[in-house]
Amino acid sequence: MSSFSATAPSARSKWFAGTLVILYALITMIPLAWIMLTGFKSPADAISYPPKVFFEPTLEGYVNLFTTRTRQTDDFLAANPPQTWYEEIVRQYDMVIAGPSKFGERFLNSVIIGFGSTFLSIFLGTLAAYAFSRFKIPLADDLLFFILSTRMMPPIAVAIPIFLMYRQLGLSDTHLGMILLYTAVNISLAVWLLKGFIDEIPREYEEAALIDGYTRFQAFYKVVLPQAATGIASTAIFCLIFAWNEYAFAVLLTSGTAQTAPPFIPTIIGVGGLDWPAVAAGATIFLLPVMIFTVALRKHLLRGITFGAVRK
Amino acid sequence: MTETPLTHAARATPPSVARKIKGLSDRAIAWIFVGPTIFLLLAINIFPLIWTINLSFTNFRANRPGREVDYVGLRNYERILNDSDIWLNMQATAHFLFWTILLQVLIGFTLAYLINKKFKGNDLWTTIIVLPMMLSPAVVGNFWKFLYQPQIGLFNYIVAFFTGKDPSSFEMLGSVQLAPWSIVIVDTWMWTPFVMLICLAGLRSIPDYIYEAAEIDRASKLRQFFTITIPMVLPFLMLAVLFRGIENFKMFDLVVQLTGGGPGSTTELTSINLKREAFEKWRTGYASAYAIILFVTVFGLASIYVKALNKVKER
Amino acid sequence: MKHAHLASASALGLLVAGMGASAQADELTLCWAAWDPANALVELSKEFEEQSGHTMNFEFIPWPNFADRMLNELNSRGDLCDLLIGDSQWIGGGAENGHYVKLNDFFDAEGISMGDFADATVYAYSTWPKGTENYYALPAMGDANGWFYRKDWFARDDIRAAFLEATGRELAEPASQKELLEIAQFFQGREIDGQTVYGAAIFTERGSEGITMGVTGALYPWGFKYENTPGSYDMEGAVNSPEAVEALEFYKEFYETATPPGYTNSYMGESLDAFKSGQVAMAMNWFAFFPGLYADPNTGGDKIDFFVNPPQNQAGSTLGGQGISVVSYSDKQDAALDYIKWFADPEVQQKWWDLGGYSAHKAVLESPDFVDSAPFAGDFLEAMGAVQDFWQEPAYAELLLAMQKRIHDYVVADQGTAQEALDKLIEDWTETFEDEGKL
Repeated sequence: MSSFSATAPSARSKWFAGTLVILYALITMIPLAWIMLTGFKSPADAISYPPKVFFEPTLEGYVNLFTTRTRQTDDFLAANPPQTWYEEIVRQYDMVIAGPSKFGERFLNSVIIGFGSTFLSIFLGTLAAYAFSRFKIPLADDLLFFILSTRMMPPIAVAIPIFLMYRQLGLSDTHLGMILLYTAVNISLAVWLLKGFIDEIPREYEEAALIDGYTRFQAFYKVVLPQAATGIASTAIFCLIFAWNEYAFAVLLTSGTAQTAPPFIPTIIGVGGLDWPAVAAGATIFLLPVMIFTVALRKHLLRGITFGAVRK
Repeated sequence: MTETPLTHAARATPPSVARKIKGLSDRAIAWIFVGPTIFLLLAINIFPLIWTINLSFTNFRANRPGREVDYVGLRNYERILNDSDIWLNMQATAHFLFWTILLQVLIGFTLAYLINKKFKGNDLWTTIIVLPMMLSPAVVGNFWKFLYQPQIGLFNYIVAFFTGKDPSSFEMLGSVQLAPWSIVIVDTWMWTPFVMLICLAGLRSIPDYIYEAAEIDRASKLRQFFTITIPMVLPFLMLAVLFRGIENFKMFDLVVQLTGGGPGSTTELTSINLKREAFEKWRTGYASAYAIILFVTVFGLASIYVKALNKVKER
Repeated sequence: MKHAHLASASALGLLVAGMGASAQADELTLCWAAWDPANALVELSKEFEEQSGHTMNFEFIPWPNFADRMLNELNSRGDLCDLLIGDSQWIGGGAENGHYVKLNDFFDAEGISMGDFADATVYAYSTWPKGTENYYALPAMGDANGWFYRKDWFARDDIRAAFLEATGRELAEPASQKELLEIAQFFQGREIDGQTVYGAAIFTERGSEGITMGVTGALYPWGFKYENTPGSYDMEGAVNSPEAVEALEFYKEFYETATPPGYTNSYMGESLDAFKSGQVAMAMNWFAFFPGLYADPNTGGDKIDFFVNPPQNQAGSTLGGQGISVVSYSDKQDAALDYIKWFADPEVQQKWWDLGGYSAHKAVLESPDFVDSAPFAGDFLEAMGAVQDFWQEPAYAELLLAMQKRIHDYVVADQGTAQEALDKLIEDWTETFEDEGKL
């Protein structure tokens, strides 16, 4: 597209559009920036009245996020001077570090369950989408709507039976159980999005491959999949965002072993009340993997979302 | 212990068996490809749904293992439909749905339209704008509660800075008038990027030659906007509305963290009320009936909507 | 068919639970809420690990999810917890549904006497049906709702003079609910050190139990009763007595005229935040937090002092606190009982108090050093002498949710009158008790 094209926006309208978008981006960033800033405040600064924009940064929030602390008697404190910088931070409150907090475990659970279910959703979704796109399936439209309709159920609506069923199968509070559950929720989106992408890949490519002696499966594997990579990447982003952040099922169906981070973060308790810097630190760290994933796949996200599903 | 039919199915078609199914017919491959998905949905969505329907005709309580379970017919449904408090929950949900979707469509489309001007660095800014929707709704709700605090939160101070009001003079979460808007603001902040992305995809799918042809016909920019841009993006926009609509009808995590349904029951959306009935009061049978009523409502609305969507597509 | 299905579900659940447990029966999990005293318990329990060879794991669930999560666990007969420090209101359900192990035989065999523990705590945390000698828990953590205030502000001459002028009496710890309100109203909107401050932070939370725990702090001193005759579920005239209506109106007035703006959904955490950020002169909260508040580098030490919930027509404080129970779905019950036996020891109890836990053992509470061991120790004893608790029925969650809604609708959302709110509450409660077959 040359700059002389009749459809190219003028420099002035570009400037105008850019300004507005950047303005929106900056405003929308304020809450996010505030979360990240709060992670570096001391608990007293975090709840200062009026709110503080300038403050002395401390890693207290991060220390509190990763440790559990306990109050100790004066004798004990006097006899055991702090050894490390993080011990010192805790000592201001007459406390000692009792051990690591559960955050590490919860975070790891999120990684296993989030990425595991994303992979499984994409895997099953691609197969199903390919089949819907290329083969005559009886009642295909009804089946597609059925798949979509499973997303309409409020999680609470099916949570009771799933709760009872999972106990029976030994799946409750397990990684596998949560992966299957999130996959079931995500797969509707995955099938719908991926079908759109695959629809747009010309059939001629595979037909040529079939004539060259490829089997159907090889044609799918070697021709269609690489072509659908962009679509798969952007679908994966959406699946990951959901599975990574899901809260309702996690709160109802997991307790110890398989609990993910979202139910954990909003409830980190400090000395007395909610430990806002630690909550903010947790939110920041928890955002990073999805952010990195998205930025890495950003080209696909922006170029890829053509949502062919609506275009037939 | 972990060997369940589900995992079995999940592993039924790994690439390593590709050779074995080499000679299969297209029809067989189609079923092998679709099968696992359908099976998973049947096991984890449809089977529990049927179970829920069954429970909805009983007085079962999941917290009284020993108690006798009786079938009570349609009594649960009657009780729900005659309960005026539940109609208030429905109204709160409708308010939330209507305004979040309207605002997100307006802002999301405008942003996409502006970004599509392809100004320098638009990729970078798009990525930045998308960040809020990557956060966990529960964490977002919790943190906005903090931002909305009249004394220690940022929101009131920013509003006060621009309006000259006293920051402590209004309570976003505490006043009956403002609380329904406070949840609309947060949801809009979080999910406008989603609508924007879909609109952007729509805008980018419009081939340049259509505009070029319009230029040759000397159609004005405004006319081009209404005769080309809007109709071409409409299917995308409608899909965005469908997904947001379904998600927000189920809205639970964000609002429960933000307001807990209060003040009073002002922001008690149906999902929050349902969760209280099911997992706090443990009226399992009653809650099941409630869940079915909600599901049928969304399902009905969505079916009508998808029909409309298909009509738009065919044009 | 339904029965068979459910029965087999739970049987299988038990079977799976049984297989999951390894032969190594000395790894115990103790479940409690995630808050200050829990940290102290971890420290205390190290001694038990050394003595017994058992290993202790802890599962601390944040307060807003604590009841949901734990009742869910018990109802599905989970074996996550071997020991549970469950909230006082759960005792009815724990006993009637068989979640908790009955401890009478164990107490007899080990020579643990409930007479060694404060009577109010035994009654509230251990017995079901109430007041009978059927014990399902050992009192673990005594607690009540109390108050703390800015001692430094109360001591300032300019503030004292202004208070004297405004009210005609000296500024001091309130001796009645009405004085409490008067002091709070005096501070409301006052400028101190260039900042606008407010009267008091009170509980108004909607989601779990907050506003109920707050409002009962007014209801009990006015003489509110749940039933005309205990055990009769005869609520008309008790729950909505003129005193109850007056107390509820009082709480609403307190909320409207003497609390910081925006404290419309606040509970333990918000109350502490409000105080620590210097917004309020006074705040209500559980005694459990007082050691932490006293140790706070900014608003603790000589800037803080404590008082018991003031009386009105009578003394009365809202009960908090928990007993420790053995979960009947655990297959390590013997080791769990070892823990309780160790915990009941007077020396351990003394150390528990020293670390910041509220022991309920008479050897600790009646020791001559106790009252002076902390600035809130005396208040604690006084509060525990006049505590009342919410319903402890198996259906307490339903009863609580109804109260949360009715009270929040009236106090915060400003709907209807106090009389209407309490009348509706009786309707809700009556319906629940009818469902339960108790009416």
